[in-house]
This record gives sequence, structure tokens and C-alpha cells, in this order.
Amino acid sequence: MSGFPILTLMLLVPLAGAVGCLVSGDRGARQIALVATLIDLALGAVLWSGYQIGGPQWQFVEHVPLFAGFSWALGIDGIALLLILLSVFLMPICIGASWEAVTKRVGEYYAAFLLMETLMIGVFAAQDLYLFYIMFEAGLIPMYLIIGIWGGQDRIYASYKFFLYTLLGSVLMLIAMLWMAHEAGTTDIPTLMAYDFAPTAQTWLFLAFFASFAVKMPMWPVHTWLPDAHVQAPTAGSVILAGVLLKMGGYGFIRFSLPMFPEASAQFSGLVFALSMIAVVVTSLIALVQHDMKKLIAYSSVAHMAIVTIGLFAFNVQGLEGAMIVMLSHGLVSGALFLCVGIIYDRLHTREIDRYGGLSINMPRYALFFLLFTMASIGLPGTSGFVGEFLSLGGIYQVSSWVALVCTTGIILGAAYMLYLYRRVAFGEQQHADAAAMTDLTPRELAMVVPLALAVLWMGVYPESFLAPMRADIAALDARVARAKPAGDAKVTPGKPVVHDAAHAQHGAAPEGAH
Amino acid sequence: MNSILFIVFVPLLAAVVAGLGNKQLGNVPAKVITTGSLAISCLLSWPIFLSFLSGSAEASVTPVLQWVQSGTMAFDWALRVDSLTAVMLVVITSVSFLVHLYSWGYMSEEPDQPRFFAYLSLFTFAMLMLVTADNLVQMFFGWEGVGLASYLLIGFWFRKPSACAAAIKAFVVNRVGDLGFMLGIFGTYLVFDTVSIPEILAAAPSMAGSTIGFLGYRLDTMTVLCVLLFIGAMGKSAQLGLHTWLPDAMEGPTPVSALIHAATMVTAGVFMVCRLSPMFVVSPTALGFVTFIGAATCFFAATVGTTQWDIKRVIAYSTCSQLGYMFFAAGVGAFGSAMFHLFTHAFFKALLFLGAGSVIHAMHHEQDMRYYGALRKEIPITFWAMMMGTLAITGVGIVDVFGFAGFYSKDSILEAAYGAGTELGGFAFWCGITAALMTSFYSWRLVFLTFYGQPRWAASEHIQHAVHDSHDHGHDDHAHAHDHAHDDHGHAHDHGASHDGTGGYHPHESPWVMLVPLIVLSLGAVLAGYVFHHAFISEGTGEFWQGSLVFAEHTIHAMHAVPTWVKWAPFTVMALGFATAWYAYLKNPSLPAAFVEQLGVIHQFVFRKWYFDELYAFLFVRPAFWFGRVFWKQGDVGIIDRFGPNGAAWVVAQGARVAQRVQSGYLYSYALVMLIGLVMGISYVVVR
Repeated sequence: MSGFPILTLMLLVPLAGAVGCLVSGDRGARQIALVATLIDLALGAVLWSGYQIGGPQWQFVEHVPLFAGFSWALGIDGIALLLILLSVFLMPICIGASWEAVTKRVGEYYAAFLLMETLMIGVFAAQDLYLFYIMFEAGLIPMYLIIGIWGGQDRIYASYKFFLYTLLGSVLMLIAMLWMAHEAGTTDIPTLMAYDFAPTAQTWLFLAFFASFAVKMPMWPVHTWLPDAHVQAPTAGSVILAGVLLKMGGYGFIRFSLPMFPEASAQFSGLVFALSMIAVVVTSLIALVQHDMKKLIAYSSVAHMAIVTIGLFAFNVQGLEGAMIVMLSHGLVSGALFLCVGIIYDRLHTREIDRYGGLSINMPRYALFFLLFTMASIGLPGTSGFVGEFLSLGGIYQVSSWVALVCTTGIILGAAYMLYLYRRVAFGEQQHADAAAMTDLTPRELAMVVPLALAVLWMGVYPESFLAPMRADIAALDARVARAKPAGDAKVTPGKPVVHDAAHAQHGAAPEGAH
Repeated sequence: MNSILFIVFVPLLAAVVAGLGNKQLGNVPAKVITTGSLAISCLLSWPIFLSFLSGSAEASVTPVLQWVQSGTMAFDWALRVDSLTAVMLVVITSVSFLVHLYSWGYMSEEPDQPRFFAYLSLFTFAMLMLVTADNLVQMFFGWEGVGLASYLLIGFWFRKPSACAAAIKAFVVNRVGDLGFMLGIFGTYLVFDTVSIPEILAAAPSMAGSTIGFLGYRLDTMTVLCVLLFIGAMGKSAQLGLHTWLPDAMEGPTPVSALIHAATMVTAGVFMVCRLSPMFVVSPTALGFVTFIGAATCFFAATVGTTQWDIKRVIAYSTCSQLGYMFFAAGVGAFGSAMFHLFTHAFFKALLFLGAGSVIHAMHHEQDMRYYGALRKEIPITFWAMMMGTLAITGVGIVDVFGFAGFYSKDSILEAAYGAGTELGGFAFWCGITAALMTSFYSWRLVFLTFYGQPRWAASEHIQHAVHDSHDHGHDDHAHAHDHAHDDHGHAHDHGASHDGTGGYHPHESPWVMLVPLIVLSLGAVLAGYVFHHAFISEGTGEFWQGSLVFAEHTIHAMHAVPTWVKWAPFTVMALGFATAWYAYLKNPSLPAAFVEQLGVIHQFVFRKWYFDELYAFLFVRPAFWFGRVFWKQGDVGIIDRFGPNGAAWVVAQGARVAQRVQSGYLYSYALVMLIGLVMGISYVVVR
């Protein structure tokens, strides 16, 4: 495993690109950014092919002690691998989405994106607590800048809200991390994942981390920064925000909360379920009444992320794997949906749903891709959305049929708001001459949506490619939290025990069952 | 190579080619590819069916690809072929092929043909995946796939607001059922630790009498699972409560109605119950529920069918009603009869729809029967085809001699219900008999209004359009206000006093490409019952089913042992319905208006489809939007933002009057907080 430091290289390539973009200024920044992200994508492919399924838990490990116990420690397991792949896959698409749309301070814009790529990969690859913290929090700085400088009309309010929410969580998480490092005497994440904190301490630590992750997720009721941030962010910003940044919350739960504080996770699973159930129903209903396309998709993201949290706190393999697939799928699908919004926004410069209509007539290819991503968002089997949603909900059903029932209503409400959106954008008569005059997808735009579409179908039809790398890690996590899976956690217990007696008693009553 | 792979995947390939090729490919190549693919599938399917019929074939499973493996939950793509699947295969591929062919003519003026044919083939693929499923999740894949195709085809004329609304309604209402289906799959997995259908069916009997916690209650395991799964079936098969999408689905082109909303997709629920019949028989409660819903639907839909004026809506409610028959047959344990009715119904109902399409085609998109009349001579082949369909659906036949398709299947269902000897069976029997009376009435009413009497074409706007502007053939003509114009029943019969009522219009018979499918399906409607009833429902022929569904010999015995009056009851009500329709619509055409006047309230209630749509709009649709607005404006903005981020800003501004600095300098303060923290952390480690 040791040898070529590919993870460091993956961090350095975008960083070098960012410097290049700053130096080159407006001319050539796009090309530099594209090349840098494509190189990282290629490195990601190398990483994937080099990752040994069934090999050691942590692979591509790099460990360089820097000073005072603080070390440059990188390494990935299957879970991190998949999220890194998602990041490097979406980045070139983001560059493509900004190709013509961004005209002011171009060099700095691409530098911010490339810096963010470095930090995102760093979050998923970090094996040192403080390294993780730096990456995790610093990763949001380029995002503030992207919203605050290249955003829409109310960008200041949106980035301010984003800041306020994340600040609170970040302070608490930092305090918790300091305490943990003190208690366990190490900042090595794999070690901490196996460290058993005292249950009372776990409670406080869990809550501190929860404050940060719940905001990033985002969970109801700390989700209100997300619609504003999405609405104000430029298209590529929305794609990366929905695609990767939201996954940091889920990743945090998988990497920290569950394995480090299993008892506390079980203790608070009721809270998580309650917030998730509210999120599914409430934000879906809110999505139904939106007039702004980006807001609608942002609210749908909150509902989808709730499916992630219930899966994670289901304490079983289906729930955990489902949650991971929902995260990956949502990264692709909501990214693609924001891209779809961006494509028509670039033409008409409005996100107002009513300004569109009948796009199937003049943009049939666009309508096709938009339909595919809409269906994936709804969770149509055969697309990535279904696999994750199904496993996650199947996992939670084993814990509580109430939670499963309430969260499964998301498939009804999701269909309602997405199809209603699709109907208003793509169906109906052409209401406005300018919308009717819009041209169909350009080759550049096709080059962005086709890979996304293929990935969505791939993950829907043959998810094994994505399940296999993380299977061992999920199993390990499942084993780690198994001891905390409390009896009281499952609100409903299946009643198999009576089977044998009753089967004999019933034998005469239902004879046709036998043949 | 295994032919089932070709049967299933060739239509998918054709759909992809025609769909992506679209305009570049051109109309004719797209039509040739899709129709040709269905011809291949159809030709490969019949040998499979016949080999099962002759008993020479064995059930088989063809693996295709691994799908999901998560812990112990594992399911793959695989194609299962057994007797039950074989029946569905021939039904789906045959009707689909004929509908493809028919659409060459029916859709010939449509500018967007490749898209239409791609959708049709896509639908066929999804339906085939559904019936070949070896696990519940693949069945769900097909289930949702046909839902998607149905959505796309109902909304095919997407410029029409009514078509868009109907498409969304169909999808969303089906999703309500899917909620049950999904929970049913989860529950099944929880109980049996597998989603493989054969394994579940094998283990089901051992679960008899066990209980499960569900929503805080402790309930019989199999009842919970079966009822949940059946809720899925109710959605797809438009059973009472979740039926509201089916009549609206008539917004789609008529060939779609024939294929999806009559012959195949809507029968998926029946197929599911039959496929899972070993599960259902373990729970008498669940079967009772199935019986009750089926019987109630069959009665309800028939009542509505007697009052509608739109020719397609009459047939749609008829479909809904016939599906009710299939379900209560399954509910009383006569799964063979349910499948047999599914089989015969596919032929005669597709025939009726395609025939109606031919009438609509001839009448220049007019669908209101009040503007038909006397079409017998104008479109004779369509007329005879519709006659065959009507004879089949009303169940004309002489016991032990010969009957049209519906005679065998419907009578066997009614006998099975009576023979079940239970209260629910009796309830189902009487609902079924009453519905049979109404079926006969509305079917003959349709025939008389359409083909007999005097022409009433002149009053139709569509006909006037056609006469005045014979070049305007755009499909916008379909925009047809169904509801508001229909309240005035009286004027339907005020026709033709001054002139001949034709308005100078000359209906024309449809082209041969449409008539050939009608003729083929007519043969099916005439013969399907007579030829196949031995295989499906006779004593000792459980071997045809080979255990692919529960085929209880004692049910067959009970069917044969019913009193003679029960055997003759369907025939009697059929004749009665015919006579009533003849009297009311031919002999004394002023009668219906007078009748309606007498029974104003009741008629209005039935005509308005028992006010289900209004009720649901009141209970679900409007509250959903209302709550959405409240949660948004009052919840997110009014409470969370106000006391959250905005409140914090306000506090800061009040406290230090530094709002300006917070807003512009927050980035630095954030970086500062982070930095301070890190310095603290590292210095702590150093000091330690």
C-alpha cells in the first residue's frame, strides 16, 4: 500500500491548479481548471482500480508526523473512496457549467473551486482529527466566497445565514475534538473509531458533533440556510454544494458519531427519527408550493437527506448501505437537477417556474434528460435513487414501522412535487415567446449531462460496483454499533416466536396453503 | 440462447433506438423497429405458452445480472418463466403487437410518432419485467416502469392541461399504492429474510398464526403483509379508493387505453395476487379484504359506467368493474378463474377500446356518444368487431354448448363466489350479479347509442370542425371539455327533428392496418373462452398451473356443485340488461331523460362518480398545498429564520451596533475562531 502518495497528489493537483488560475487571471483559467480537475478525475480512477476490495480496511495510507503529535495522515476506506470519487467526478462538470456563465473575476472563481476540491478530498481522506477539522471547516470558506461574490441578488444574506449556522456547529465540534484528543491521547481517527468513550461523555460529544453535522446535512429545523444558499449560488456552486458539501454531514455521522459514540447514537436515534420524519413530510410539502426551481430542488434535498439519516441510525447493514447509496445518488441527481436548472437559467436568466413551459417542444433532448433526473429523484427503480431509498427505508422498517411508514410517504410527495415541477417546465403550451425560442442542449451541455445520466443508470442497474468497495467497512461499522443496538430502539418487535404452535393449530383451517 | 431474453429485451432495445433516434430516425423506421420487435416477442411467446399448455415445459429462471446485495437482502435481475408468466407473456406481447400495428393508422396524423412508439415498446418491456420477476423487487421495478410508461403515454399530448393533470394523477395515486407495496416488501423481508418469491411462497404456510408488531399494534403476520401488498395491487389495478386515476387516464391516445389501461398494466395487481397466492391463502382475513374490495369495486364502477356519455369513459369504468371481478375471484380462492378472466378480458377489452378508437377516428375525434348514432352502416367492420366485444363482455353463451370469451370466465367467477359458501362470497356473488346486469346494460347502451338510432352528428363541435375545415386535423381537437357540457341530458334526444342530423358529415371506415387488429382480437373475443377454459379452470387441470398459483380442486368442485339457478343467473341478468338497454335507447328513447329527472339526486351522485374526486381534492390535494404554504411562510420563514439566524443578527446589531461589520467581516471572524481553536488544540498537545 505504501509507496506512491496518490492521495497527496490528488490534493496537490487542484491546489497547483488554483495557484495557476490566480496567476493566469481571466485568460486561461478555465482551461487550467478543466485540466486540473480532469487529472484529478483520472487519479480518482486510478485510486478506484487500485483499491483492493477485501484488502486492509485503510488503504493508500500516508503518515508524516509534522509537529507535536499533529501529523499529515491520509488514508481511505471504501466509504471515503466512494465520496472522493463523487467529488472528482462532479468537479469537471462544475467547471463545464461555469464555462460561459461566469464572466467576472474568472481566475479567482476557478481558484476558489479548485481550492474547494482540495479541501473536499482532504475531508474524506484525512485520518487525523485536526487535519479533518481544518479541511472540514476550511472547505466552506471557498463556498462562502463563491456564494458571496458570484452569487445572485441576495448573496450577502444567504452567505451570512450559511455562516451563522455553521459557526455554531463548528465551535462545539472543535471543543469536543479537543476533549477527545485529551481523553484518548491520540488524534488518529482509526484509533478513535475503536476507542470506547464513557457513555455519559458520549452523550455530550455526540451532541457537539451532532450540532455540526446536522447543520451540514442539513436536518430540519437547521435547514433554512440551504434554500437561500442554493438560490443565490451560481449553478456550479449549487452542484457542488448539493453534490458534495451536503455529504460531509453524512460522512461525519458515519466516520465519527456512529463508531465513536455508538451508545449515544442509539440514545439519540429517537430524536434523529423524529427530525427526519418531520423533514420528509414538511419539506416535501414546502417543495410542492415553491415558485423558484432552485428552492424546490433545495427543499427536496432536505427531504432526501432525511432518508440518509434514518438509514444511518437504523443500526443495520441495509440502512447504512442505503444511506451511503442515497448520498452518492443524491450527489449525482441533485447535482444534475441543479445543472438542468442552470442550463435554462443561462438562457432566460430567471428561476421562476412560471416563466417556462412547453420546453419539450423546443428542447426535446433537454426534456429527456430532465425527465431522467426527475425520475431518479423520485426513486424510480432502475435509477440510482431507488436503490438507496429502498435499502434505507428497508433498513428503518426493521427498527420501526412508524418511521418507515412516515418516511415512505416521501415517495408519494416526492412524485407530486417533482412531476408538478416537470409539468410546469417541460409540459403544457409554450407560454412565453422567449422561453419558446430557447435552443436545445449544446455539445458542451451534453458533455455534462450525459456522464451524469450514465452514472445514474449504472448505479441503478448495477449498484454492485459501488456496494462492493464499502461492504467490508459497513459490515465493520455494523459490528461496531451492534452492541449499542438497544432493545428499546426498535419500537416494533416482529412476533415470530408464536409460529410453531400456531402453525400446527392452524393446519386444519387453511389446508390449501399446503399445495 | 434462451428465447425469454429476446422476448423481454428486444422491445427495450427498440424503445431506446426509436426514442433516442426520434425525429432523426424518422417515422417509418421507428415504427418498423418497434412493431417488428413486438412481432419477434409475440412469435417467441406463443410457443412458450403452448408448451406449458401441452405440459411439456417446466418452470425456469434465467439469470441476467446481479442487482443488489446488502447484508442478507439480495436480489438479482432474472427472468422467471412458468405457467402463470406464460399466460401473461402471450397476453402482453399479442395485445401489444396488435396495438403497435393499430397505431400505425390511428396515430398517422401525429407529428411525434417515434416518441409514441418508443413509449409503447418501453411499456411492453417494463410489463414483461414485471411478469417475469423472480423476486419482489424486480416486480416492483416492472411495476414502477409500467407506471412511468403510463405517465408518459397519458401525458403524450403534453400541451393539453387535462392530459398533464391526468398523467400526474395517475402517477401519484399509483404511488399511494406503491407505499403499501414497498412496506409489504420490507415486512416480507423482515419476516422471511428474503425477497425471492419462490422462497417466500415456500415459507409462507409456516407463518400461519404468527403475529407481528405493526404501527404499535400486534397483528397477524400474513394479514399485515398481504394487505400491504394488496394496497399496491389496488393502486395499479384501480380498485375502489385508488381508482380515480383510471378514468382520467383516458386522456391518453386510445391505443394506449387499450394496451395499458385495459389489457395489461391494470391487470398487474391481479397477477401479483395470483403470483403470491400461496401467501394470501395463509391469511383468510386478507383474502376477505381482497374479496370485499373486488366486489365493491365491481359494483361501484358498473353503476358509474351506466351514466357516462364519453365512450372511452364507459369502457374505462367497465375495465375497473371487470378488475373487481378478477379480485373477488382471487379473494374466494379461485385464482385460476381470476387469471382466466384476466386472459379473456385482455382480448375483448382491448377489442372494445380499439373499436372505440376506430369509432372516434371515424367521427373526427368526437368521443361523446350523444353525438353518435346510426354508425352501423357507415363503419360496418368496426361495428361487427364492437359487437363481438360486447357479446364477449356481457357473457353471451349457452351453458355447456358455446359461449363468447367472457361467458366462461365471468360465469366461473360468479359460481366460485357462490360456491365459496361464505358470507363474503355471497356478498361478492350478489355484487357480481348486479354488476353483470349493469355491464350488459351499459355495453348495449353503448352499442345502441353509437351504431343504432338516428344520426346525431350535426350537434358535435368536432364534426362541425371537420365539415367546415376539413384540413384541420391537429390533435388539439382532443381538447374536449368532458364535464361541463354533460349536465344537460335532455338535449341528447332532441336531435334530428328538422334535418337528418348528419350535418353533412360522412364517417369513413378506418384503414386496414387498424381493422386487422380488430379482426384478430374479435377472434380472441369469440374463441378465447371456448378454446382455453379447459386449461385454465377445469377439474384436474391443476397441472397446467404447475403450482405457479394456488389451484384448489375443491374450489372447482364447489363451482360445479352450485345450484342450477346460479348457473343461469348470469345469462338471465345479461338478457335483462340487453332488454332494458334496448327499450330505453331504441324503443322509447325519451325514457332515460325522464328516468334521470325522477332520480335527480341519485343520478347526479352516480354520474359524478360518487364524488370521489371532489372528496380527495378536499381531503388531500388542497390541504397539501395549504400545509406547504403554512410550513414555508409561517414555519421556515416565520419561526425558524426569525428566531434563528435573523434573530441572532438582530441581537448582534442591538448589542454592539456592529451588524455592518459582522456582515462584511464574518469570514475573517470565522477563520479567526477556527484558528484560535486550532492554536489552543495544538498548544495543548505541546504543553501536555
